[in-house]
Amino acid sequence: MNEQMQQQNKKLILRLMAIIGGMFLFAFALIPLYNVFCDITGINGKTRGQALYQNVEIDKKRVVTIEFLTNINRGMPWAFGSKVKSMEVHPGELNEVIFYAKNPSKSEIIGQSVPSVSPGEAALYLNKTECFCFDQQKLMAGEEVEMPMKFYIDADLPEDITRLTLSYQLFNVTDAVNAAKGATK
Amino acid sequence: MGDHHPTGFTRWLYTTNHKDIGSMYLWFSFVMFLIGGAMAMVIRAELYQPGLQFVEPNFFNQMTTMHGLIMVFGAVMPSMVGLANWLIPMMIGAPDMALPRMNNWSFWILPFAFFLLLSSLFMEGGAPNFGWTFYAPLSTTFGPPSTDFFILGVHMMGISSIMGAINVIVTVFNMRAPGMTLMKMPLFVWTWLITAFLLIMVMPVLAGTVTMMLTDRHFGTAFFDAAGGGDPVMFQHIFWFFGHPEVYIMILPAFGVVSEIIPTFSRKKLFGYSSMVYATASIALLSFIVWAHHMFAVGMPVAGELFFMIATMLIAVPTGVKVFNWVATMWQGSLTFETPMLFSIAFVILFTIGGFSGVMLAMAPVDFQYHDTYFVVAHFHYVLFPGAIFGTTAAVYYWLPKWAGKMYNETAGKIHFWLSMIFVNLTFFPMHFSGLAGMPRRIPDYNMMFADFNMWASIGAFGLGLTQIYFLVIVLLTLKNGKKAEDKQWEGASGLEWDALPSPAPYHTFSTPPKVD
Repeated sequence: MNEQMQQQNKKLILRLMAIIGGMFLFAFALIPLYNVFCDITGINGKTRGQALYQNVEIDKKRVVTIEFLTNINRGMPWAFGSKVKSMEVHPGELNEVIFYAKNPSKSEIIGQSVPSVSPGEAALYLNKTECFCFDQQKLMAGEEVEMPMKFYIDADLPEDITRLTLSYQLFNVTDAVNAAKGATK
Repeated sequence: MGDHHPTGFTRWLYTTNHKDIGSMYLWFSFVMFLIGGAMAMVIRAELYQPGLQFVEPNFFNQMTTMHGLIMVFGAVMPSMVGLANWLIPMMIGAPDMALPRMNNWSFWILPFAFFLLLSSLFMEGGAPNFGWTFYAPLSTTFGPPSTDFFILGVHMMGISSIMGAINVIVTVFNMRAPGMTLMKMPLFVWTWLITAFLLIMVMPVLAGTVTMMLTDRHFGTAFFDAAGGGDPVMFQHIFWFFGHPEVYIMILPAFGVVSEIIPTFSRKKLFGYSSMVYATASIALLSFIVWAHHMFAVGMPVAGELFFMIATMLIAVPTGVKVFNWVATMWQGSLTFETPMLFSIAFVILFTIGGFSGVMLAMAPVDFQYHDTYFVVAHFHYVLFPGAIFGTTAAVYYWLPKWAGKMYNETAGKIHFWLSMIFVNLTFFPMHFSGLAGMPRRIPDYNMMFADFNMWASIGAFGLGLTQIYFLVIVLLTLKNGKKAEDKQWEGASGLEWDALPSPAPYHTFSTPPKVD
């Protein structure tokens, strides 16, 4: 193999290695890309972060039913639910629902609830000004807590959606939080 | 240069010769094929009758998982790399692969990768049991401890495939004989070049996926863990971004093989050579935008379902072009039906059946019924067994005279073909029906109503398994006392490996490049 060919090979190999490195990073980049994509289009049923309730028009003519579902993940001993199971609301109106949680176990547990909205496209129109899902909750053994959640539904909610479901899945994140703390120490 | 080569075990350990490495790849993949096949036999024995007979459900799951992993990464992919090693340098008039030492390395990683993977069968907690698609959280939160061996094994296989792909691309771009322009290359070289690009695009994504799994399992990240803000559905998106091009990685080289064989035994040139090249390239490009058709049932919005459905059905167009061209090549040719040709014709017919069931699965509304049923199992086995495996088998019969200088027994080859043809259909055709009737995949027990279909499939599978051992016998007998092959064993053959080289091909070929006009 002559010198010139070796040079050529080297150049091509470097280019191919660049593609390979780029694609490896692309796999990781897919995660923020998906999140941005889902955030813009709202197709994942994920609600956004904290919203502000300012100058919101109330549409008194429309009534939307919203249902609340709560689920507890494996390994989570808490009792968790909402005081009301469903509400009829007008778009634009600020509403409050009380959720409750109780830690019946003998140890301190940290919980994190993850919301999801169905149908997925309604997620963009469900605005929460206050939600326990924005933070983690730490409950001592036997502790009980009531957690208010305030929300309003955007008046731009598509006409064909008359009923939506907001579900919370509650996870036990005690070990993960403690592990992360241990790692930073 | 003479035919001198070192002897003994170190010949194989240190070799940088593309023919040696090609042979090692082919033998390795055959061993893996038998191991993965043995696992399929366990699966089919358990499913022979409803109820639990032989194995625990958890071991059954380990078998379906390992069968898939071994067949995809251990049998099909290395066999294609083996063919590439043997054939690409001879077809383009190059003395060897461009990067011979890396070639040696990329092969010798494989035995270690599969040692890691297979050793997990003997570990506490058993082998991976979450299916070859290793969906999170089954593989992250609930995976057995041996999942880490699986992860490292996949990393090593990925590195091996990436190096193999780099080697093919550099060889094809920089080592062609003078006059061998890109559009004069045999179609096998073209399909492999495109496959190599697919490999370097998606194997790193697979590596990224398993790396995320590893950090999720051990280092507190939450890529796929909803509790930490991740998303298990994301796993499916990233996995199938690799997974769909992967299925074309497994089939495109087989397209190339039959595109060499059908013209030979039709005694005509390949119909529509350039359209074949463009069709292959468009299949490869489209494969990047269809991944979510594997996950119609996760709850995608209608717009997403429509997009992935239409993009998927679009793939039927270039695939149809290829099937049309193969048939048109045979049209009015003077056909003879030697074993490689029989396997190639069966390839065209049965692959088309698999393609049709693919179009059915591509339709989002009906996919909800087919999703995760035996219909899917029937579909992908129809494209993989009579597709990738028949393609490789045809290649072995076709080029064995060139590789070994000895001719196999034609009657034995034909018996092998007809047994394979009968048993492959007996095994996989009933699965269409049990799937449509609602039998889910990856279960060790099933409703009584599926009993007959499963019994047929199991009988077919046992026959199919034995038939492949017969194939081994044929090849061994050929190597031992096959008749001497002619330099150009097939009168209709064309290409540098037949026209410019004796049989068997000498250890070193094309030290001075041939002239191509």
